[in-house]
Amino acid sequence: MSRVEREAAARRIMEQTPPRVPPDLCADAVRLGDRLLRRRTLALRLAWLLLWAATVAFTVWALTVRPWVEPPSETTPPLTGW
Amino acid sequence: MRERQASQGARRAREFEAFVAGAAGRLLHTATLLTAEAPNANPRARRLLTLALARTYASWDRLRGEDPYDRTRAYLAVRFAHRAWHQYGALGRARPHPGSTLANLAPQERLVLVLRLYEGVAEEQTAALLGLPTERVHAICDRATATLLHPPRPPAPAVTGAKVAAS
Repeated sequence: MSRVEREAAARRIMEQTPPRVPPDLCADAVRLGDRLLRRRTLALRLAWLLLWAATVAFTVWALTVRPWVEPPSETTPPLTGW
Repeated sequence: MRERQASQGARRAREFEAFVAGAAGRLLHTATLLTAEAPNANPRARRLLTLALARTYASWDRLRGEDPYDRTRAYLAVRFAHRAWHQYGALGRARPHPGSTLANLAPQERLVLVLRLYEGVAEEQTAALLGLPTERVHAICDRATATLLHPPRPPAPAVTGAKVAAS
């Protein structure tokens, strides 16, 4: 028995007795899919909101603390009495 | 904006329904072969297919010309491959139904055999989908074909149980 014949025989065996499709399959899939879509949209919105909040928080912190300004020197003694 | 979204949703539902009407029979047969259930009592195959179809529905607007059938079949195969270990693992919670044509095969053998021969997916694509080397897909397919055409003679329950536990 050649390879092609074997594969054809296996295919024939597998094609016997196809199952009956339940009528509510499509409705169930649409219901689940809609839920999946809604969750995905919600997760995306939450992620954008988080990103926006983080950006705003960073900007406010940077403007108040000004980390790029050199801090005043604390090692030189104050110049007094001349 | 809201109106456009609603019309898009209606169009998606219509197209999806047409797709399911055409493809559900074959996909359900594939799923039933994978789960090795009897053709008329296949709750796990139905669940598997419903979940795969739901994911196809969710990504319907982003398919961009890709074949929804291919997409659903890929979801089905990958989900089955991930779930097979849990469902058929050492505990053997779900034994293959004796009425199924592929009851003698291991889950991975069924998966490769169904994808390669029943669905006619190329060897390279099957290998890429399942993350296996091409040679291994070839070997599994050959072995599964041999087991299917020449089933082991006495399907003694004790021997089958030991084999499942050992693997």
